[in-house]
Amino acid sequence: MREELLKIQEQGSVELNNAQSLEELNQLRIKYLGKKGLLTQVLRGMGSLEASERPIVGQLANEIRDSLEQCLAAKNKYLQEKALLLRLEEEVIDVTLPGRPIKFGNKHPLTLILEEIKGIFTGMGFTVADGPEVELDYYNFEALNIPKDHPARDMQDSFYITDEILLRTHTSPVQARVMQAMTPELPVKIIAPGKVFRRDDDATHSPMFHQVEGLLVDNKITFADLKGTLLSFVRQMFGSDRQIRLRPSYFPFTEPSAEVDVSCFNCGGQGCRVCKDTGWIEILGSGMVHPNVLQMSGYNPEQVTGFAFGMGVERIAMLKYGIDDLRLLFENDVRFLSQF
Amino acid sequence: MQVSLKWLKDYIDLNLSTEELANYLTMAGLEVDSINKLGEGISKVVSGEILEVKPHPNADKLVVCAVNVGQENAPLTIVTGAPNVRPGMKVPVAIVGAKLPDGPQIKKAVFRGIESYGMLCSAQELGIDPTGLPAEEREGIMSLPPSTPLGIPIQEVLGLDDEVLELELTPNRSDCLGMINIAREIGALTSASLKLPKISHEGNNDVIDQMASVEIVDSDLCRRYVARIIKDVKIEPSPLWLQQRLQAAGMRSINNIVDVTNFVMLEMGQPLHAFDYDKLEEHKIIVRRAKENETIVTLDGIQRKLDKDMLIIADATKPVAIAGVMGGFDTEVTSETNTILLESAFFEGASIRKTSRKLGLRSEASSRFEKGINLDGSLEAINRAVDLIEELGAGVAVPGKIDVFPSKPEKVVIKFRPSRANYILGTDISSQQMLKYFKSLSFECVQENNDLFLVTVPSYRRDITLEIDLVEEIARLYGYSNIPTTLPQSTMTQSKKTSIQALEEKVKNTLVGMGMKEIITYSFIGSKSFDKLRLKDSHPWRNCIEIKNPLSDDQNVMRTTLIPGLMEIASKNIHRRQLNLCLFESGNVFIPQGSNHLPLEEPHIAALVTGGLGKAWNTSFEKFDFYYLKGVLEQLFSQLNQGNINFIPTKNYSSFHPGRTAEIVINDEVIGVIGEIHPLVLEEYDVDQKIWLFELNLSPLLSGFSKIKEFEPLPKYPPVERDMAIIVPEQVITSQVDQKIAAVGGKYLIQYHLFDIYRGEQIPKGFKSMAYNMIYQAQDRTLTDKEVSDIHNRIQQELQASFGAKLR
Ligand SMILES: [Zn+2]
Repeated sequence: MREELLKIQEQGSVELNNAQSLEELNQLRIKYLGKKGLLTQVLRGMGSLEASERPIVGQLANEIRDSLEQCLAAKNKYLQEKALLLRLEEEVIDVTLPGRPIKFGNKHPLTLILEEIKGIFTGMGFTVADGPEVELDYYNFEALNIPKDHPARDMQDSFYITDEILLRTHTSPVQARVMQAMTPELPVKIIAPGKVFRRDDDATHSPMFHQVEGLLVDNKITFADLKGTLLSFVRQMFGSDRQIRLRPSYFPFTEPSAEVDVSCFNCGGQGCRVCKDTGWIEILGSGMVHPNVLQMSGYNPEQVTGFAFGMGVERIAMLKYGIDDLRLLFENDVRFLSQF
Repeated sequence: MQVSLKWLKDYIDLNLSTEELANYLTMAGLEVDSINKLGEGISKVVSGEILEVKPHPNADKLVVCAVNVGQENAPLTIVTGAPNVRPGMKVPVAIVGAKLPDGPQIKKAVFRGIESYGMLCSAQELGIDPTGLPAEEREGIMSLPPSTPLGIPIQEVLGLDDEVLELELTPNRSDCLGMINIAREIGALTSASLKLPKISHEGNNDVIDQMASVEIVDSDLCRRYVARIIKDVKIEPSPLWLQQRLQAAGMRSINNIVDVTNFVMLEMGQPLHAFDYDKLEEHKIIVRRAKENETIVTLDGIQRKLDKDMLIIADATKPVAIAGVMGGFDTEVTSETNTILLESAFFEGASIRKTSRKLGLRSEASSRFEKGINLDGSLEAINRAVDLIEELGAGVAVPGKIDVFPSKPEKVVIKFRPSRANYILGTDISSQQMLKYFKSLSFECVQENNDLFLVTVPSYRRDITLEIDLVEEIARLYGYSNIPTTLPQSTMTQSKKTSIQALEEKVKNTLVGMGMKEIITYSFIGSKSFDKLRLKDSHPWRNCIEIKNPLSDDQNVMRTTLIPGLMEIASKNIHRRQLNLCLFESGNVFIPQGSNHLPLEEPHIAALVTGGLGKAWNTSFEKFDFYYLKGVLEQLFSQLNQGNINFIPTKNYSSFHPGRTAEIVINDEVIGVIGEIHPLVLEEYDVDQKIWLFELNLSPLLSGFSKIKEFEPLPKYPPVERDMAIIVPEQVITSQVDQKIAAVGGKYLIQYHLFDIYRGEQIPKGFKSMAYNMIYQAQDRTLTDKEVSDIHNRIQQELQASFGAKLR
């Protein structure tokens, strides 16, 4: 019986070690260790042994069982790992295939620029104000120091609804509206983005376009402050190494008035196609709020001063994105829109 | 304003490069748009005379010219195709070896068997703007004055050895529409010294009073009229120097008298006009408004109808000129003229502008009057012209002048505080320095005390009337770039957005997140769009704001709906083979509030889908349908914190499919519409694929959007899930079933959703099966099986009672 047991051990461990699959391993477990397995069958013959031999053979049998079980466990672990590796290998996919298309849309490039401008100025403490697109002649012109028959009305050929109502030609009427609503409160610190309209339609003019107006009225606001505010804006918008240049200009509602150029962000100032070889790009108009405008809006120009500025959003979008044709912005071709 | 440097140097000693000068002017607010170097790139082009023109033996469209270019050898043979050549004509000739600005070197060439030794040049080939030339010379060869000597470099003949600055003047600086004032400005900027022309006095003799009279009837439109008379007039071509001056300024030489009037206008900014004295009835000048239906034939030979808003110059019987705009044909100076009456007047700009617009006539003169000229300069200008006419030997001045000047304006004296200038500019400029600046501008300046100047502004600076205008002059001369750069020491402020701004932003972000692309279209549309949308005459969208002066019929009304804009853009894209579109627009629509009031501007949002989601290697093409767009809209509402939304089927929108359209109702208010576009509307937009679209007013969403979301505690007790499938007649719509379920389910039915609709086997025709999943849950305890069954059964019974629903 002893020999039988040792034979089972020897044969069992060889067979278990040679097992090639988990299934085969299971078969061997049943064959050797199962309820009707070889080990059990041998032990059934224990009764024929002498009483003194029984414990010795019993112990041997237990040892053999333990050793076979260990062997089985080790092989099982090995085969499990092997099977996993095999499975993983079979599960290879082509990771270079494109992912499932997840749809995301696009904001219009003008919206993106408007949001950027708003973000910069709200960061500087400006409040975003609105005004109507259909405006009274009074706010669009008269309250801005542009009386009837003023030659400056020629600069902005307008769409009229009635003699007194028109499509606003600039966002500047929001200045007057906000000041009249706020007087005598200080400071008045707003930007006003929006649509404006002029009777012009060609390659470089659209009858509707967008502007952003800015206004700061307070005690002791100076022309130097205007320069500082615009420099800060320009550097946030176009890059921290930009310079600005102010040139005298004329707007009826500011005095002194200035046209503002930014150093060319394409060539850095050497001169190129974008800046027409001047190194400078004109981007906005500005100036100190005209005393007449302050007066008409209920502020005493001897006590408060202010600056105002206005910029064309289309122009900035075209410069920033390198768009060479204004009309693309209003054609809304989805192949264009998808690029932003 | 075109400024010839050669001409400018008549008035000022310049030792700057052209680029430096341009920079000075630009930085002082007289923007130099471009520098035109005349004659650049031209060599070996000379004046020549055509001696003979013969047809080309082998080509119909070519001629063979013999051209004398002043050399001793024989005339050159030159073949040309230009139609305007004739013997005796003097022309620019590019001889063999010549270079033109934009062309290759001229070589000997053979045209159909005839050798050609050069080229006759057009204005354009010489880099000259041909606009001012007669029509035949615009197309063909440029002609030179008959007096031109031969064989002279063309740069000399045409004054092309010059540079011309193109000044882009702002409307306030109309004083710089005269060369002398530009020179003055440069003098102030660079301290270069001025050389102004000496102008002789008109003399005290009153002979002129016996020869003519001037009466201003409408002195509100004419504030001054100066007249002088020249006799023994000899009309001749102008000398070359005068022709070149005009040409450099973009004007054409006509004859000595007209050229002098134009020269003085360009020099001093005062337009002048010359009348044939003998043709003025009774030798009278009357400045008055025209009578209704009065007519005049103007210089260009066209008869013009006048009206009573137009200012004219008349003689005793008839109009002889439209004041400041154009002279009359009958009194024009001609070669027959013996005596002329010269006019130098001040007409009101607004009136001139209206008249010139009404007649569609604009000229160098009218634009100067429009912008405003120097009231004090009229006499000086006319005297300058008389001097020049005498200098040219073109006539003899009659001593004396007529100067009707009803109300001389007071001198403008402005109180100026140096401290105020520094306060506004943020500078620290000394008052002595400011004094110097004013002097350099020839402003008279009296220092009252330490901080007060009395400044008298010359009459040609009409733009300066207030202290602040003087502050700008100080800033200009100090240099904007020398002003410091600081940040405002203003009170701290908090930036705010209005709630509608925040809402619009959120809407855009949400729609973009769902794959929609934003478009921006004009706020005006064509009224035709309403027809394209098949709107009934009574449809409220037709009630719109009309633009009085639209650019076209496509832009003649303010939009009352965003749909036309979206449809146009969708159609355009589809025609460019972009067939799968998800578009939206956010913008105002305009609702009339009566003709004296501004319209209501309502913020709207509209979105459109057509086509489908493109196919990929692992997904199939997903066609859009009504429910895709509705899903977008429902997600939008959810993101905007909106509850209590209903979709009510409607047939009231003629632009939409009557069976596939719903009104969007929120808290019992209709805020918009969603549906499939009507096939006939698709036809109008030339689209042959289905389009779904919604539009809604954003304002009613504000209150829900602004509400702060309130946290709901997570349930502590387990939910019970039950399904229910019912069979109902087809005409029962989902919202009816939903409402019933919600009403009966009460507070323990915390969620329900339709997960299947089935028609077919086992379902009778005319019926559909709807399968719902319900979740029951209480906040305070675990619901018992019986409680859940009770509610669930009650829902079934109610659905049965209301809709004849049967359990499946
Ligand atoms: Zn550049």
